[in-house]
Amino acid sequence: MILRPGSSLSVTSAGSGWPPAVFDPAGPYSEPVTTLAWALLLGGTAVFALVLAALGVALFGSAALKARLGGEKAIWIGGFAFPAVVLTGLLIWGLMLTSSLSATRVTGAEMRVKIIGEMWWWRVHYQDAEGRETLRDANELHIPVGKPVLLELETADVIHSFWVPRLGGKMDMIPGRTNRLLIQADKPGVYKGQCAEYCGGPHALMGFIVVAHTAEDFARWKASRVPARGEQGRGLELFLSSGCAACHTIRGTPATGLAGPDLTHVGSRQTLGAGILPNNPGTMAGWIADAQAIKPANRMPAYHQLSAEELLAVSEYLVRRK
Amino acid sequence: MIWKGGVAGSMLMILAACDPAPIEPPLADAGSIARGKAAAQRLGCGACHELPGIDWPKGRIGPSLAGFGNRALIAGTLPNDLPRLAAFVADAPSLVPGSGMPAVPMDAGEAHDIAAWLQSQRD
Repeated sequence: MILRPGSSLSVTSAGSGWPPAVFDPAGPYSEPVTTLAWALLLGGTAVFALVLAALGVALFGSAALKARLGGEKAIWIGGFAFPAVVLTGLLIWGLMLTSSLSATRVTGAEMRVKIIGEMWWWRVHYQDAEGRETLRDANELHIPVGKPVLLELETADVIHSFWVPRLGGKMDMIPGRTNRLLIQADKPGVYKGQCAEYCGGPHALMGFIVVAHTAEDFARWKASRVPARGEQGRGLELFLSSGCAACHTIRGTPATGLAGPDLTHVGSRQTLGAGILPNNPGTMAGWIADAQAIKPANRMPAYHQLSAEELLAVSEYLVRRK
Repeated sequence: MIWKGGVAGSMLMILAACDPAPIEPPLADAGSIARGKAAAQRLGCGACHELPGIDWPKGRIGPSLAGFGNRALIAGTLPNDLPRLAAFVADAPSLVPGSGMPAVPMDAGEAHDIAAWLQSQRD
């Protein structure tokens, strides 16, 4: 259940390693967070060293030094003036530094996406400039580089927290609320994310990836989001007859379930199981046959009733959903 | 001291001679074995198999691959030699029709390395 550093190499090809790099900003909404984090870390270390030095004096110093440390002046300076000045300065500087992060008004210049946290995956609803839904997907967000992306973050059940450390800050998804967060990538690439608020069971296996494209690649990706029409075959038949369609939608087919991730383009995703496995015919078959062994307590049952031939037919069909 | 060492040494030789002489193919080179383990992780073989030395995932739909180097047969049908194992790892259905293991896209080098890694598992 615990995703350890050494055990997640299977997603290194999809993401930028595990855990997601937290001190390696890749956009303007992550840089201030990183700067502030370093300032807090180094400043905190310096203050800790000062306190230890004072403790050393109190324990082992000469009587004269001890008297000075315990004097009224030292307490006014070290106990009152120093923290007041440092903490006030830090607050003002921190608010100024991170003011761009909280400027989450819709200006029309940004891309808009609604992301809904579920136990234990992510619904991704792309929106137009007016906030109308244009496309549904899951567990993977595609964005153009150099453009701010305004995320509306909601949850369908418990509190989750959306966090793609290299692209922006961390924002809780709270029941009954819509929280906003800006992210942006300055370079094309794959950026790993992770649910950052314990949400039960396989919380540690609730990953996410953001794929940042150049403008041309993004336009090409967007144009490719058209479901295949009028398709038939054994894989689809089995998908419909085995119960998959009760929870999953494949646009352009009678499969319209809403409980699980939309699978219209599942074959094009870089990961399976919400950012935890690479996506290939082997992992697809393994996930369908026994998702419980991989991500215990997730809502997808093990499909032990499928024969080997049926399992391969369904997984091959899904892998082809590009 | 020399005398004692000689006794111990000859006893060790006698003990060694008592071991059955297993006919095992030599191990592939260490680089290939290490690359094979990394490739198996990268490709997510653990979605179906418990893999030696890999904590997660531990799939149950396929057999555990611990101690694979000691197995005589692949999938209970094919002799467990390196070329055949490499071919099976990449494209199981073409060698064992009816297998639930799909063909997994990988290059010949990766298949060879994964087979070398599996055959090095002899505990």
